[in-house]
Amino acid sequence: MIGVRNHELGALFGFAERQLYVYKRYWVWEVVWLFYSIVSVLSIGFLASGLGTLGAGSATFDLRRAQLYLLIGALLWGYLSLVFMEAAYAIAWERWEGTIEYTFMAPVRRMTHLMGICVFAIGYGLARTFIVLIAAVAIFNLDFSHANFAGTLVVLAASLVPLIGLAILTSVLPLLSPQKGEQMSFAVQGFMLLVSGVYYPLTVLPVPLQAAGIISPLTYALSGMRRSLLDGAGVGDQLPTVAILLGMGAVLIPLSVAVFSWAENRAKRLGLLKRSG
Amino acid sequence: MSIPAIDIEGVRKTFRVRERQSGAPWWKTATKEKVALHELDLTVERGGVTGILGPNGSGKSTLIRILGTLLTPDAGTARVFGWDVVADALQVRRHVNRVSVEAAFFKELSPWENMVYAARLYGSSRGTRKRVVEILESLGLPRDTIDQPMKQLSRGQQQKVAIARSFLTAPSLLLMDEPTTGLDPRSKKEVQAVLETLRGEREVTVLLCTHDMDEAAALCDRVLMMDGGRVLADGSPAELRRRYDATSLEAVFMHLTGKMLEEDEEETAGVAT
Repeated sequence: MIGVRNHELGALFGFAERQLYVYKRYWVWEVVWLFYSIVSVLSIGFLASGLGTLGAGSATFDLRRAQLYLLIGALLWGYLSLVFMEAAYAIAWERWEGTIEYTFMAPVRRMTHLMGICVFAIGYGLARTFIVLIAAVAIFNLDFSHANFAGTLVVLAASLVPLIGLAILTSVLPLLSPQKGEQMSFAVQGFMLLVSGVYYPLTVLPVPLQAAGIISPLTYALSGMRRSLLDGAGVGDQLPTVAILLGMGAVLIPLSVAVFSWAENRAKRLGLLKRSG
Repeated sequence: MSIPAIDIEGVRKTFRVRERQSGAPWWKTATKEKVALHELDLTVERGGVTGILGPNGSGKSTLIRILGTLLTPDAGTARVFGWDVVADALQVRRHVNRVSVEAAFFKELSPWENMVYAARLYGSSRGTRKRVVEILESLGLPRDTIDQPMKQLSRGQQQKVAIARSFLTAPSLLLMDEPTTGLDPRSKKEVQAVLETLRGEREVTVLLCTHDMDEAAALCDRVLMMDGGRVLADGSPAELRRRYDATSLEAVFMHLTGKMLEEDEEETAGVAT
């Protein structure tokens, strides 16, 4: 039993290490993506700065708070969407490289495979977001004096659980449709951006989209982290949010693994695991 | 009596293919069924090289994929060292490795990085760098290729790395799916030399899919000829030539199917390769 566990841990590390090697080789792409991330976040910050000149500067309007609200949304969305897309592209990536059959033939549980990709994505996303955060703090002189970082980190950690479940669910798409699955992953990501309150409260959305937002774990992750960063909510205040996120994860992870297993068996039945499908 | 390396009973595989008939509107497609493998019975004892000969569409790669747990049969059972390929897939994978016609590597990564990845997946990472260098050198690959991106290596060198990678994981059953197809004559000879060494030195059962009759005659202890998802003949190369009074395996295939293997390759296209 211990031997099997060590083997699975070794394989998990192997998947994360492989991703690191791949990113090292594609480092120019990563520099480009980092530049894009910084530019995107700065654009949102300057948009907030410009709100005053667009007539939003009434007596009750707190421009600094609005700027922080939007920047927190941009930064967290940048991080969470990176983790999501990395995991969601676990299968698509193997198809591009032509290694999908080799990986699926390896004596490793699928959970280990997918978690290895997620472990790398979580670490890499943190490193990239930290660099973007430094750029944003330097340019906009952000005030985090009211922030409670312990509360933020607890919500961030809890939010990764349902996010990984959602990402595994999305990674099934290229297994179902080798030709169109990748593009469908982008559609899922775009929809989450729309309904999860990244740049605005859910109340501005039409009712059907609000309903979708209520079942999106990112909604709770973003609102929880904003409460800690803007209003200083501590770990104790965040326990209900953490419970919701972990509850969603407790449903989403087993569900996503079961769906993935079904999709893998279907792909094996229909012969969809070949490189081009 | 020892458990055979491969034991297949009544395995059948059919693929559904959607086709649009010429002149039909773009949304109107018909689903056709193509039988890749008819009911197949096969036992392969441990050790030696068993060749599967046949053109594209004969079902040989389908058979390899079923044994590699990449396809599930529609009917019948396939066992590898007694483990069922569907029910005990993880156990089967511990004993099997595959070298395919397209070397399945991360092309931007080096042989070393690809092999470390393989070693971690198969749980054999202890002392890996030394072993990788030893294995690659034993296959005639220059030492400086170990850290170059795979995409900079020739196809022959890539195939050698694929074989080296399979050695690293010490499989009991090695599935070789046209490992020399598309290689230049020199690379082909080098890879065949590796296979001959493997046949002579290693305690491993090899299933070699090929449509190169000379390769099969030179390397295989036993040959199965397949066409249209059926096994047409089974025996050693010498037995087959004797049985059909033929001077070559190509002539045996001609006798059994009425067609040349190379002609058929040009005509055949389908999902069951």
